[in-house]
Amino acid sequence: MSTPLEQSHWHITWNYFKTSRGGMIGLAFLVILLLAVIFADFIAPFDPALQNRQALLLPPAWTEAGHLPYLLGTDAVGRDILSRLIYGARYSIFIGCVVVSLSVIIGTLLGVIAGYYQGWVDTVIMRIMDIILAFPSLLLALGMVAVLGPSLINAMYAIALTMLPHFVRLTRANVMGEKNRDYVIASRVAGAGNLRLMFKTILPNCMAPLIVQATLSFSNAILDAAALGFLGMGAQPPTPEWGAMLAEAREFITRAWWVVTFPGLAILLTVLSINLVGDALRDALDPRMRRS
Amino acid sequence: MLKFIFNKLLMLIPTLLGITLAAFLFVRLLPGDPVTVLTGERGVSVERKAELMAQLGLDQPLIVQYGYYLKNILSGDFGQSIATHKPVIDEFFSRLPATLELAFAAMLIAVLLGVPAGIIAAIKRGHWPDHVVMGVALTGYSMPIFWWGLLLIILFSTTLGWTPVSGRIDLIKYYFEAETNFMLIDAWRSGQAGAFGSVVHHLILPAVVLSTIPMAVIARQTRSAMLEVLGEDYIRTAYAKGLSPTRVIMVHALRNALITVVTVIGLQVGSLMAGAVLTETIFAWPGIGKWMIEAIARRDYPAVQGGLLFIAVAVMLVNLLVDVLYGWINPRVRDGK
Repeated sequence: MSTPLEQSHWHITWNYFKTSRGGMIGLAFLVILLLAVIFADFIAPFDPALQNRQALLLPPAWTEAGHLPYLLGTDAVGRDILSRLIYGARYSIFIGCVVVSLSVIIGTLLGVIAGYYQGWVDTVIMRIMDIILAFPSLLLALGMVAVLGPSLINAMYAIALTMLPHFVRLTRANVMGEKNRDYVIASRVAGAGNLRLMFKTILPNCMAPLIVQATLSFSNAILDAAALGFLGMGAQPPTPEWGAMLAEAREFITRAWWVVTFPGLAILLTVLSINLVGDALRDALDPRMRRS
Repeated sequence: MLKFIFNKLLMLIPTLLGITLAAFLFVRLLPGDPVTVLTGERGVSVERKAELMAQLGLDQPLIVQYGYYLKNILSGDFGQSIATHKPVIDEFFSRLPATLELAFAAMLIAVLLGVPAGIIAAIKRGHWPDHVVMGVALTGYSMPIFWWGLLLIILFSTTLGWTPVSGRIDLIKYYFEAETNFMLIDAWRSGQAGAFGSVVHHLILPAVVLSTIPMAVIARQTRSAMLEVLGEDYIRTAYAKGLSPTRVIMVHALRNALITVVTVIGLQVGSLMAGAVLTETIFAWPGIGKWMIEAIARRDYPAVQGGLLFIAVAVMLVNLLVDVLYGWINPRVRDGK
């Protein structure tokens, strides 16, 4: 399907991306994380749910009281923290993928329709989006989870809903900018129908900002899901989700710093890496930034 | 200018109606009907249930019920909290000052540190101060603040013993009647030696935690706004006139860059509220964020409904204020369309 022109376009983008040191560091971390997610069964030293009553709240291996094979220590019921973090990465990546796919697909669809047809359809869609935007995202998600019941799946639906308006607005604005351009009119004159014009002619030319937004939403999804897990409104213990792990660790804050430190560090590093990639991607995809 | 404000207000009405509709439907979406929620798991007889339904107006068509809901809201009746049987509006506004105090303190820290950091990064673009500021800002922006708060508690409260772990004032040493519920004001007016200091002492760590993300956003936006302004012709003219770099940057450039920054500060209010939920939970801060979480955990739906409604309206009004302010500072926006 891909023409030589498209290939060279992605090639150029990659060449610009490569010049960003931050972007490359972020990408490297994400690749390692992805490998850990795929091969979790092989690298994790223990089963994430396995409790060892002989090793409760064991400090990390490099401290005096700690010892191998519990590299990052154990939690209050003797589960290996490193193994739980590795399996927890699965949840975070899964959450990010589901949430972003949901809001990108639905958001783009609504945005294209609003921008292409305008008129009352546009008004209705955009008013609904304004209403969603009026609620702070985490609070809206909390409210929804309160109705649907606290679980990881419901948390993901709720977060996807809070992200929807950003994709709708972005797509709509871009579609409105493109739809009266010569190539679209030419295509229409040549007999292309509305569906073809919307999704085949116009949409591919609106992709760059959507890709950047999707990347940044991915990190927000992970952060919000972890926050919900921490508040007890997302993934429920004993799931090794990072936010839920932090919620469990809270009461040991004065006695066992490692139980609190590592899950949060995992969230921070993952979110930071995605944001680094997102920033680099924006610079690489935005031609105006390239010249400067 | 008045016309500009009036038009903005007019555009709010459909969204405002939509928000009330969303809040109304929120309770309708619940599994089971409101009567079951009220009476609990054990249930009631069929007759009693029908009676209750009629009493609550639930036997009417949905659109009529929405009409009643609107009428109640307009007369200031936002329902009663199931947990305390007090009006939701009283519960909300008695806790609002605590959250406002925390949010103002956080915003103050975010602006005082974020704006200068952004300016320095812009001036030293591409050099190490720029890299440091932008690195720290991106880290702050990526920070799970609930974890950040716990880390700071471990360091400053439990290890170093510098700040208290939770609460708003040292209750053992100081006591005075709450007048405004703004602890800083109440403590100041009580005239007790050390009370005000104790409040600040309790406020500082939660405020730092809540300021983290707005600070990062403000630093990033100040930098890009400054970079844009510094490329303008009039800046070159100012330099050409022989003005000192300090004067050009602090007076000519900063003034125009601040227009963007003011908008950014206003737009942080929504995420500040979200951050307040987490910060208040960690520090046991008795504001609306903690109250909302407790209401959700208790399934106190009228409280959640009312709380969400108030917060959404507040965020909308602040956004309106930012729009108006923006139009006032920048005539191009006002007269543009």
